Amino acid sequence: MASVSLKQIRKSYDGKTDVLARIDLEVAHGEFVVLVGPSGCGKSTLLRMLCGLEAITDGIMSIGDHVVNHLSPAERGIAMVFQSYALYPHMSVYKNMAFGLKVAGQNKAAIAERIKNAAAILKIDHLLERLPRELSGGQRQRVAIGRAIVREPQLFLFDEPLSNLDAALRVQTRLEIAKLHRQLDATIIYVTHDQVEAMTLGDKIVVMHEGTIQQAGSPLALYQQPNNLFVAGFIGSPKMNLFACTVIKATPEHVIVRIGNGATVLVDVDGSAIKAGANATLGLRAEHIEQGQNGSEVFRGVVDIVEHLGESNTIYLRMDDGQEVVIRGDGDKSVASGEPLVFSADSNAFHLFDDQGRALRRLYPGNMVSSKRKPVGSIRPMEIAHINGSRR
Amino acid sequence: MTYPAHTQTGWLFRPDFGRLCVHLVLLAYTALALFPIVLILINSIKTRAAIFADPLALPTMKTLTLVGFQKVLASTDFLLYFGNSLYVTVGALVMIILFGAMAAWALSEYAFMGNRLLALFMAIGIMIPIRLGTVSILDLVVHLHLINTRSALILVYAAQGLPLAIMILAEFIRQIPGELKDAARCDGVGEFKIFFQIVLPLIRPAIATVAVFTMIPAWNDLWFPLILAPSDETKTVTLGVQQFIGQYATDWNSVLAALSLAVIPMLILYAIFSRQLIRGLTAGAVK
Repeated sequence: MASVSLKQIRKSYDGKTDVLARIDLEVAHGEFVVLVGPSGCGKSTLLRMLCGLEAITDGIMSIGDHVVNHLSPAERGIAMVFQSYALYPHMSVYKNMAFGLKVAGQNKAAIAERIKNAAAILKIDHLLERLPRELSGGQRQRVAIGRAIVREPQLFLFDEPLSNLDAALRVQTRLEIAKLHRQLDATIIYVTHDQVEAMTLGDKIVVMHEGTIQQAGSPLALYQQPNNLFVAGFIGSPKMNLFACTVIKATPEHVIVRIGNGATVLVDVDGSAIKAGANATLGLRAEHIEQGQNGSEVFRGVVDIVEHLGESNTIYLRMDDGQEVVIRGDGDKSVASGEPLVFSADSNAFHLFDDQGRALRRLYPGNMVSSKRKPVGSIRPMEIAHINGSRR
Repeated sequence: MTYPAHTQTGWLFRPDFGRLCVHLVLLAYTALALFPIVLILINSIKTRAAIFADPLALPTMKTLTLVGFQKVLASTDFLLYFGNSLYVTVGALVMIILFGAMAAWALSEYAFMGNRLLALFMAIGIMIPIRLGTVSILDLVVHLHLINTRSALILVYAAQGLPLAIMILAEFIRQIPGELKDAARCDGVGEFKIFFQIVLPLIRPAIATVAVFTMIPAWNDLWFPLILAPSDETKTVTLGVQQFIGQYATDWNSVLAALSLAVIPMLILYAIFSRQLIRGLTAGAVK
């Protein structure tokens, strides 16, 4: 296995517009890195460049100690698992896995040994003589991974490997890929547009947008301290609620802003980089809002739509100034459309972004007690404050 | 609970007039297409008198004769002509499929200067009949000292079949998922291996189609053998049959027998390729 290093990688097809620009990324040995972003953000292009299927316009790409810019895919010591699996349809599972090795000139016994091991790991021993068309989606997926494993690569690349599976199988395969990562001690770079996959699998998540890296970090870091509005909106489900606001008072200890309906909100962020009077955006995750007025900042709205998920309700509200808010409510508390609702959140739950969309540093970024995990009424706001450490 | 009568028989067994009409039309067309062939076959085993007396009648014990086949197989160079036809057709077929598939792969897979122009050039080849160039072709063949050789015919038929072959094969190659080729490249497979071991097996149905489309005109052609290879050693079946057709008297028994025999290799080749015409080979490659 090997580390991967990208320095100032750039990609342009026509020489004028950059599809990818200023990509800097360090991947440590054995790390599981997930590239995530909306479609068209360049994540697949970056993966194909790592693989050697796309030329690198500019920058230095190295795998292990070798600069690989001009090496062919085979010389880079990588293996890729494709979204459509890309199994050779006219070859049996065994031949599919053996093909690359045979071309590389491995002897028959060694090939058989490697395939036996890989098949055992993936539990596909009984499928070796079948053709791909005789396999189910999940089995094809395993064969595709098996074909990558037998090559004993320095680096595994996964291009949205789960998007062709149904929901239940996707969760199962996700777990298996995580296990496989432990088992093989492999360096993996994984592309997905699904932020749940990214959060659950990645040691490091790289959020991409419009050809640049927006933020790279651990799943928790991205969730708690997103760099900018894009990352904040992309990570987390349902999406973070965003309120346009004006800064009234900014200090290094806290910032006070006024939102659309005239209410003021106290936010626990470092306000030294922003001035009173500036436009800003206030962010608040649905799961950090609670029904009732237990939180320090209280709002009112009217319920539009409620989605009952059992363990929680996703409540879509409208405030009096037309601002839409999504709340993750308590599953036991029934709420009906058209009902007025009081909801609240603590000051440390808020995010604040300046007029450029950059995040201000949060002072207490630790996870708040989520409204759905807390038995409503059993913990008072003071106790929450106590749990999070004394503040203010 | 009772069900209405028609749900018990099921929709599958209801008389469907649309389908009936389609089958009637197809049957009528089949009869029309088979009629000349059947006519040749039944008359090839009748006496000369019976052929002229009633061409449509089936042979009876009295009129049945194999004299035509005997004459064709025994007294002429027919087997040589037969071999020539087969040699030329198969030779052209191999060239068309090999070079056609290679050209189709290049045109559909690689972006190079003049790609579009070359594809257009090939398309023009489909539209303009090769016989318009007969004079130049003859000139060329003479200068290459290929006159009265079977190679000349192979080259001409290859040129005649290539444009359509490239067109059809390129279309099929474009349908092969790109990820399959990418996967092979990641496996370190070279471009030639990708072509021969991944692409060719996957376009087998298309190759069968192209084979059927190109071998029949080559086998049936009279024009080019007459002009480029009319010598006794290089005659093809279609040209050889002409020796039975005289200015004053035509040996119909032999003509019809020769034609009947000429159908057989085509039937065999067709049977081989039609097995490959079955589609759906790519099922299971990708979702």
